[in-house]
Amino acid sequence: MKNKKNLFENSIHAIFLILGLITVASVILISLYLIFAGLPAISKIGLKEFLFGSEWASTREDPKFGILPFILTSVYGTSGAIVIGVPIGFFTAVYLAKEARPAVKRVTISAVNLLAGIPSVVYGLVGMLVLVPAIRKAFGIPDGAGLLAAILVLTVMILPSIIKVSLTSLEAVPKEYEDGSLALGASPTETYFRISVPAAKSGITASIVLGVGRGIGEAMAVMMVSGNAPNMPALFRSVRFLTTAVASEMSYSSGLQRQALFSIALVLFLFIMMINAILNYFMKKDKVD
Amino acid sequence: MKKILLLTLSGILALTLLTGCGKKGVEGSVATDGSTSMEKVIGSLGESFTGENKDVKFTYNPTGSGSGITAVSEDRCDIGLSSRNLKDEEKNKGLEETVLALDGIAIIVSPDNDVKDLSTEDIAKIYKGEITNWKDVGGKDAEIVVIGREAGSGTRDGFESITKTENSCKYRQELTSTGDVITTVAGNPDAIGYASLASVNKNVKTLKVNGVNPSEKTVKDGSYVIQRPFVIVTKTDKKLSKAAQAFFDYITSKDASEIISKAGAVPVK
Repeated sequence: MKNKKNLFENSIHAIFLILGLITVASVILISLYLIFAGLPAISKIGLKEFLFGSEWASTREDPKFGILPFILTSVYGTSGAIVIGVPIGFFTAVYLAKEARPAVKRVTISAVNLLAGIPSVVYGLVGMLVLVPAIRKAFGIPDGAGLLAAILVLTVMILPSIIKVSLTSLEAVPKEYEDGSLALGASPTETYFRISVPAAKSGITASIVLGVGRGIGEAMAVMMVSGNAPNMPALFRSVRFLTTAVASEMSYSSGLQRQALFSIALVLFLFIMMINAILNYFMKKDKVD
Repeated sequence: MKKILLLTLSGILALTLLTGCGKKGVEGSVATDGSTSMEKVIGSLGESFTGENKDVKFTYNPTGSGSGITAVSEDRCDIGLSSRNLKDEEKNKGLEETVLALDGIAIIVSPDNDVKDLSTEDIAKIYKGEITNWKDVGGKDAEIVVIGREAGSGTRDGFESITKTENSCKYRQELTSTGDVITTVAGNPDAIGYASLASVNKNVKTLKVNGVNPSEKTVKDGSYVIQRPFVIVTKTDKKLSKAAQAFFDYITSKDASEIISKAGAVPVK
């Protein structure tokens, strides 16, 4: 009887182990594949020319594979979204955590959750049909598709992760801290910004890093509003992100062009890894604190 | 009861997986692979063919002209679909092309645009960035917004080789599908774009090129110059399977012409 039970327990353990290993194996497989698929083109083109070349013309007779415009666009686009999105998200989180009435809070949080659940192609579609023409009219430029449109779409897309993670860490601040501050005569607003926010600092930072990760990895929505010409980034110019560079040319690519697209994916992968490392650092710090 | 239901459902699922493969060489299957622009044409041809030959399994994999050509040469499908002529290097690899139909590439602008007619030279100059204002070609004073397709697209390839603007187009936007181009041009009064004639809808205006309106007739007689072939690609040294040969004969027959023109392309027969 006992033996039978052991066998059952052991087999369940084995199944869980295998299921767990599938995740690990996928990560390892993807990483190895990206490295092996991405390196040949880099070595053919030259690392310096690939990363710092400012011209991309993949199907020309003498092709140019410089991805500096894509890297800069991804960096500018994500930073732009962070600059606009973080203040909105942060203050929303403070309001929801400390000031909002329960009914308001409930409605707002479900709206935020809904926002997080909207597929990115829908963001892209709305951006393409509403935002791009609106930018064209508002600024009197010939075409609205470009970096600014992408930044605005990304801003809305990263809001949910910023709000939700910041909110969780603000709510985790022990009530005694705030009570102490209030008892010493500080006003509620002073208490929130001098006591609660510093106490939730690392969670809020993590939320920003999470937003950066979401922004830099987004492809579909930005592809539909950014115009996709491989230009150096400027606010009203049509631009191409790292993600969209891979996505837009992949379907018809061949030869070195296709290999170079894998190399772009590798660069993007390294960016995301870096962001994850930073995120892990803040998460750990949170626990130590 | 639940168990039985589950079993039947998974059984059905497994079966569909099996049939979905459409392996070549198997009796009664035709696998096609290639150009996305040919979707409508090859889709309707496949439909009517399988309607007449109930035992034949027809599959179409929309991957793009280049991928389709590679797929034939690697024996991954029976018939490749390409919306451009084969390059010499591809012919040297033992591939053969048969022109199935012609497709006009329409030059489209917003319905609010006053321009009605452009010459091929003007179109080339606009796409190369030498003409940047609509007033230079008879329109209002506004900057031209040049819309095109992504590198590698069959439509872009066709357009650029006909207008001789290869590698020199200055695109404001490079979009990844015909639908995107039409939507974007429809939404911007100063935009110009190109799209397969078969896909153009009422939201955009097609321009005359050298005074010729794009239509089935003008594409076929060659007076509308911006056109490209829809090509079916086969291997020279390998015989098609029975079913694939039957399909090949069917789509190149005169009977197929009507279906092709209904799908928006211009049959050559």
